[in-house]
Amino acid sequence: MIDAIRLLGFAHGGWGPALLMAASVTTLLSVLGFALGAVFGALAAAGRLHKSRVSRALALGYCTVFRGVPDLLTIYLLYYGGSVVLTSIGHLLGGAGFVGVPAFATGTLAIAIISGAYQAEVYRGAYLAIDQGQHDAACSLGLNRLQRLRHVTFPQLLRYALPGLGNVWQLVLKDSSLISVIGLVELMRQAQIGAGSTREPFVFYIAAALLYLVIASVTGNAFYRLERKAPWRVRSA
Amino acid sequence: MIDFGFFAEILPKLLGGLPLTLELALTSILVGFVLALTLALAQQCASRIVVLPIRGFVGLFRGTPLLVQIFLIYYGVGQFRPQLAAIGLWGVFREPYWCAVIALTLNTTAYGSEILRGGIQSVPRGLVEAARSLGLSRYQTYRHVILPLAFRQALPSYGNEIVLMVKGTSLASIVTLMEVTGIAQGLISQTYRAFEVFICAGAIYLTLNFAVIRALAALEYAMSRHLRRIPSMMSGGVAS
Repeated sequence: MIDAIRLLGFAHGGWGPALLMAASVTTLLSVLGFALGAVFGALAAAGRLHKSRVSRALALGYCTVFRGVPDLLTIYLLYYGGSVVLTSIGHLLGGAGFVGVPAFATGTLAIAIISGAYQAEVYRGAYLAIDQGQHDAACSLGLNRLQRLRHVTFPQLLRYALPGLGNVWQLVLKDSSLISVIGLVELMRQAQIGAGSTREPFVFYIAAALLYLVIASVTGNAFYRLERKAPWRVRSA
Repeated sequence: MIDFGFFAEILPKLLGGLPLTLELALTSILVGFVLALTLALAQQCASRIVVLPIRGFVGLFRGTPLLVQIFLIYYGVGQFRPQLAAIGLWGVFREPYWCAVIALTLNTTAYGSEILRGGIQSVPRGLVEAARSLGLSRYQTYRHVILPLAFRQALPSYGNEIVLMVKGTSLASIVTLMEVTGIAQGLISQTYRAFEVFICAGAIYLTLNFAVIRALAALEYAMSRHLRRIPSMMSGGVAS
């Protein structure tokens, strides 16, 4: 026990600073991936609600594929596929040799693509939960398309989507550990490095698990408070 | 541009990993369901000594990534090799297969127990009281009233959990098991044709998950027979 504390501590030779640094990389990766995923999700939800059959099919295809295929496969696709594309562009520009994709950018994109597919379902459900009377009333008040979106649809949509988004966020946070397979030193990877060089895997993976729990509960709490105290909260009559 | 020869070459190789993927998924889902039901029922007990450790277990396994759990069980527990050997468990924890099965099972147990607990809680209290006042024993009440309703309520969420587990088996490839994703990763790093391999392996998983979803939809349909207003319209048969 004393050994474990010294190992994970902040004194000289302790792994505390490295693990905390890695935990912040995990958080940043998840936040950026989730934010970019919101863009993909919103586009896909709009596509699924659109009149055009082509956009509906494209959006449904995107959601089905990335929710049904293991996240690890998607990460490999972007990592290896991205390197191949970059290398061939390099060859076109006269360069030689292999060009690797940056792990952080690839990880962010992978998380965005995967979480976008889940977020799309949340946004679609939230949009459908808005009472039709709200749209009718907004129209009859003479609001234009942008005003309806800005003042009527969007505030209510966000309110309905928040609980579902909280679930997707938890999924994203845990998925971010998979980015360790392409070499990004986030929390999982840092725990592996520590476990490897000290031969104390149990201590390091427990520490990583606890740090994930802390990040999950702090951010989960933030979502909960947003839900309860938000100005767009639906007041009951 | 599309090289069908290449697809024909990799598809059999990828399908070679399918038995292992199925084995991992089926074992963890079936054992996990039994454990999840046990935990969900145990939490109906009011005693804090029973409920608190279960809440801890569920919180731990739902709040941490599956990858951390697999590494903790495979590498972390392996650190205690002499102690494990002394109680005869080293043979289990030495094998990546059993470590993956244990991690996947515990993971789905945690999620599944929450789903089933929610299902049990959704059963209206009046129904339970009615059953008790009819003289049904506690066991009979669970067997004939609470659990059938709870299962039907929980079925859609449990279906999502099963799909997540099928996807989760892919993590076993990180501890050297050559299931579909492991083979796909090997093929990608050999051929550098990530897109083709992704399409092929992805199609296998999509087919698998589609089959799961259809099977569960059929089960849900069969379990809600009494909720269908006009059965003759559904079956096309003659109403008696």
